Amino acid sequence: MKRLLEHDNVVGYVYLSPFILGFLIFTLYPILSSFYYSFTGYNLMESPNWIGLENYRTMFLDDEKLIKSLKVTFTYVFASVPLRLGFALFVALLLYRTVSGAGFYRAAYYLPSLIGGSVAVSIMWIQVFGDQGLVNAMLGLIGIHTSMSWIGNPSTSLGTLIALSVWQFGSSMLIFLAGLKNIPQTYYEAASVDGANRFQRFFKVTIPLLSPIMLFNLIMQTISAFMTFTPAYVITRGEGGPLDTTLLYSLYLFRRAFTFFQMGYASAMAWVMLLIIGLITFILFKTSVYWVHYESKGEK
Amino acid sequence: MIRNRFRMKQLFYHLVIGFLALAMIYPIVWMAASSLKPNHEIFATAHSLVPSKLEFGNYVSGWKGFGSNSFSVFFKNSFIIVTLSTVGAVVSSAFVAYALARIPFRGRVFWFSCVMMTMMLPHDVTIIPQYVMFTKLGWLSSFKPVIVPHFFGTPFFIFMLMQFIRTIPSELDEAAKIDGCSKYSIFFKIIVPLLVPALVTTCIFSFYWRWDEFIGPLLYLNKPHLYPVSLALKMFLDSDSANNWGGMFAMSTLSLLPVVVVFLFFQRFIVEGISTTGLKS
Repeated sequence: MKRLLEHDNVVGYVYLSPFILGFLIFTLYPILSSFYYSFTGYNLMESPNWIGLENYRTMFLDDEKLIKSLKVTFTYVFASVPLRLGFALFVALLLYRTVSGAGFYRAAYYLPSLIGGSVAVSIMWIQVFGDQGLVNAMLGLIGIHTSMSWIGNPSTSLGTLIALSVWQFGSSMLIFLAGLKNIPQTYYEAASVDGANRFQRFFKVTIPLLSPIMLFNLIMQTISAFMTFTPAYVITRGEGGPLDTTLLYSLYLFRRAFTFFQMGYASAMAWVMLLIIGLITFILFKTSVYWVHYESKGEK
Repeated sequence: MIRNRFRMKQLFYHLVIGFLALAMIYPIVWMAASSLKPNHEIFATAHSLVPSKLEFGNYVSGWKGFGSNSFSVFFKNSFIIVTLSTVGAVVSSAFVAYALARIPFRGRVFWFSCVMMTMMLPHDVTIIPQYVMFTKLGWLSSFKPVIVPHFFGTPFFIFMLMQFIRTIPSELDEAAKIDGCSKYSIFFKIIVPLLVPALVTTCIFSFYWRWDEFIGPLLYLNKPHLYPVSLALKMFLDSDSANNWGGMFAMSTLSLLPVVVVFLFFQRFIVEGISTTGLKS
């Protein structure tokens, strides 16, 4: 009996059991039922009734709001993720040269990413970009007087959400910083001996050695950008306005599911999003062979 | 001459990076400063950080909350939710991480890929069936839906703790085995004590995420006396209380305070945690 309990398979599954249970109940079962719901009409009161591909058909042929929300989401993702990672890399490179006060700077840059997802910061953002807010007050100081609400104006509203996302570049910056510190100094010295100038050292040593970290960050940030919900919900009071310019996909899905109780339709939306994210992740992985450098491969 | 040029370069560098850093934290400082201004002054003097007089009344009026629920209720709710779900998440994740990092059982690779898949899975896919499930269980308007799921391991934490466990030399396990330790007690006697710094890091991350969490409470806690701070803040935006700017700024600032304090005290753990997970992918 004791021997059996000590067997690797038993020990392994005993320790793994919380995850297995949770995975089955809170992940696998929901995934399967969500897939089933997506082929049904379901309002939570009555049991789901099968309508085949109707939800998917409606999505792409009859739901202009959905197309609009996809456009908004793609704009948001493709603007905020590269800007965020670009800033993260830029500041990491600045901070990498150890100088006095680096710890303070690091903390200042990191802090926004720590609190950025909170309701408090979304509320702050409303006031910062409001008609009498911080941004307009600052513009007033340099002689540009305006009482435009950046959040209420359809042409700038999404921009404020993108700005909020870019403002949180700190956690990626920390990862890049750690990656930079992991690059052995001898590589740079060797490159210098071979006559490489600063730019060559950057593009031939720093970027290739950092590229695996960049790929990982790019994928994780893209997924979470597609899922952005809280700021859009709080800043627009759950509406996605003005004129649906901030109707991010997750917000629209939430409205369909929990405002109109169209659980089947919202499930179909979730599956389309899953496919889009899966496809983008797949493309990123596939193209990564052209720009991501894996050291172990070179050594073999 | 060279020394002078070096000095100039240093100065320029500090100017650029210092200005950027200031711009980053300015909105937060602005909010904190505004919370100490009289209500009519907040937007009239939005360009300035200095209140004409310190107005702590905002904190009093904000703390009163909404209806019969003051912010002492909301903070208490937040603390209950954060504490219980953090304990659950950290303990269960440590167990799972130990199995996946140390025990060579059959199906280990499969289950590890399930962890990674769950980590990358958009929650939009699971949120509707979970809502249906919790409704059928009668868990709505209770803390259960926002606490219980965290007792089954959090993929990100499992991944992070695995990275840490792998840095513990396995010779220690071997030595303990020879001394008569079972594989169960190796976890408690060898792994856990050495894992303490990583567990602290995990606790901090869990605290942050649960403190900020919005969509779960929004869906499940639909009675104001159950609201955590995040949800309560949103009520300042609702129409009937929409002009207590001072109170809103005060409570928003207060809600960020625990986060900032924890950050200042545990900076080292946080930086370490982020760096390890991002690097070894």
